[in-house]
Amino acid sequence: MIRKGLSIKRLVSVTRKEVIHILRDPATLFFAVVIPVLELLMLGYAIDTNVRHVRTIVFDEARTQESRALLRRFENAEDFSIVGEVFTDRDLGEALVSGRARVGIKVPENYSRRLQAGQTGQVLILVDGSESSVAAEAVNVSNAIALSESLDRLVAGRALPVEARPRVLFNPDTRSPNFFIPGLLVVLCQMMAMMLTANAIVREKEKGTLEQLFMTPVRASELMVGKMLPYLGFTVLEFCGIALLMNTIFGVPIRGNFLTLLAIALPFFLAMLGVGLWISTRAQTRDASLQMAMGTVIPSIFLSGYVFPLDSMPTFFRYLAQAVPTTWMIDASRGVILRGAGWAELWPNAAVLSGMAVLALVSSTAMFRKRVS
Amino acid sequence: MAGNATEPVIEVNEATVRFGKLTAVDRLSLRVDHGEVFGLLGPNGSGKTTLIRALCGLIPLAGGSARVLGHDASREAEAIRSTIGYMSQKFSLYEDLTARENMDFYAGIYGLNVSEARVRQSELVERLGLGPYLDRWSGRLSGGWKQRLALACALLHRPRLVFLDEPTAGIDPVARRDLWDLLFQLAAEDVTLFVTTHYMDEAERCGRVGYISLGHLLAVGTPEELKHWPGVTPSGTRRLEISGGDIAALLGRLRDHPAVRQATIFGQAIHALVDNEVTPESLGLGAAQVRQAEPSLEDVFVTLSRAQQQAPNGGGS
Ligand SMILES: Nc1ncnc2c1ncn2[C@@H]1O[C@H](COP(=O)(O)OP(=O)(O)OP(=O)(O)O)[C@@H](O)[C@H]1O
Ligand SMILES: [Mg+2]
Repeated sequence: MIRKGLSIKRLVSVTRKEVIHILRDPATLFFAVVIPVLELLMLGYAIDTNVRHVRTIVFDEARTQESRALLRRFENAEDFSIVGEVFTDRDLGEALVSGRARVGIKVPENYSRRLQAGQTGQVLILVDGSESSVAAEAVNVSNAIALSESLDRLVAGRALPVEARPRVLFNPDTRSPNFFIPGLLVVLCQMMAMMLTANAIVREKEKGTLEQLFMTPVRASELMVGKMLPYLGFTVLEFCGIALLMNTIFGVPIRGNFLTLLAIALPFFLAMLGVGLWISTRAQTRDASLQMAMGTVIPSIFLSGYVFPLDSMPTFFRYLAQAVPTTWMIDASRGVILRGAGWAELWPNAAVLSGMAVLALVSSTAMFRKRVS
Repeated sequence: MAGNATEPVIEVNEATVRFGKLTAVDRLSLRVDHGEVFGLLGPNGSGKTTLIRALCGLIPLAGGSARVLGHDASREAEAIRSTIGYMSQKFSLYEDLTARENMDFYAGIYGLNVSEARVRQSELVERLGLGPYLDRWSGRLSGGWKQRLALACALLHRPRLVFLDEPTAGIDPVARRDLWDLLFQLAAEDVTLFVTTHYMDEAERCGRVGYISLGHLLAVGTPEELKHWPGVTPSGTRRLEISGGDIAALLGRLRDHPAVRQATIFGQAIHALVDNEVTPESLGLGAAQVRQAEPSLEDVFVTLSRAQQQAPNGGGS
């Protein structure tokens, strides 16, 4: 029996047809283009986990020069923004319960007297613990403010004996968008690649067009590759588009070479498209394929270090994460974008992702072939 | 090169197809020759579509063998698929592609080069009258035009054998006749046609007809041969056509009569199979007109199905 290689003519026909499908289906186009951009904007603004401008209410019972100096320190710290002043303990409590403020500061009436008497001046900081990261940050910063106020009073103009000067490399402002968006870039492209391809074959199954195709000489591999090419193109465009938005709107600088990143992303995309096609050959309906795609994307996102740092995971999950392509890609993305890493550091990522791509493509094509005949 | 004029185009030997416990095609043997228009009839679920799929190597045979255009259906499916045309029971072109785009796509799939494709497409467009519809989304065409487009796509690569699975289901009588005219033109050009249908008038137009029920091929022959098959009008009986009067009431009366073996309504008349001794008067038909009738193909198929149901093993020829 004759087994030639791929027929370019058949491949091109499949690809062209698939492009027409995509362009004629507004829902898919919307899903592919608009949704990821919206998600980027929403998440990009929302996931700024650095605590800033925590709504704070003050109750200055002392009303002295010292109390005002202390409160000014809070006002000047970026972390707090004073949204009001109250004059009774009851109002202070109410402001926190109602959620009008997350932090309440009470300087008691005897504050200055105690300071002048050489005693410890106590300040009450009430923190709403319902948002743990806000609470922890508020507690830390208030401690720091109290400490520096104390030091200033103790050393009174002399130089401090010790001063630590931490310098955060690679993300100097410890801005969380810088940390999250390179990961988000990967996650959004992964979602799109998988959702689109998961549909690619089921759609033909549902409509009955696959049966007609099976009666022609087209090969499983030609169908697979032909269907994959347009989605690969879309994903690459999406990747570049999101990277551009990241750079312009969120001001995340790309320290390394973007082309290096793109070259590493290519096998990652192929792996995702392969998994999507694999799902598509297994599922009988579009709903089922969408569910399977979601069921694959979500755990891979949680395992990948996109949300929870890998270092803080239990050992078992840390090993499991190594089997997830997203893990390797997010690492490469942060490497290139934040640390300016290049081939020398990232070749293992590229190698692992390439292996995963080959595995996904070969197994999905094999899967499909079995079902053709 | 296989497929000289003397070798059969389709040769099926004791072929069996199973889906789990269900035997959809049961030890079926069949031969279709070059240039024939072969019609396959049978009730829903009798295995017509399954047989076609098996012949194209889409479903493996659980037993027996099938050769199509000289190729073994299970081992050389690809060779078969590039030389046959197939029009499925359900419209299965891309609804969001225009007629022309669908044709371009299949031309590419069949490996036609651009100039070849252009010539062949314009030839088919002219022949099938598709010209005005080329730029419409195929999903928006009416039933008859959808079928013509599907036929055009199935003929692009000049197949020598075309499978048409209920090509005229759901289209109007005029479109149906037009489509059959096209099929006969094709047959005149030496294309072998394998057509399934539920319509008796279409069966009558086929060169040879097979009747399949519950996966068994119960009879094969020209329509004339089938009508004269002795089982249809057993000796000692004759067929009558009874018309006029209150047909429904007459039918009830006939069915209760012990000497009437079968009675079925055909349009404005009843076809009845009665014992020879019975006279119209003894049936109490009143003013209705009675005349001796030839069995129709439908009579043949009804008789075959009844015989199969009564056979002890539920089938078999
Ligand atoms: N893929 C399948 N899996 C399981 N059973 C199947 C499958 N395809 C067909 N069958 C069963 O095989 C039998 C024959 O079906 P088939 O579609 O060949 O009938 P048909 O003669 O084409 O009927 P129709 O006139 O309704 O088109 C039916 O009982 C059907 O339910
Ligand atoms: Mg059928």
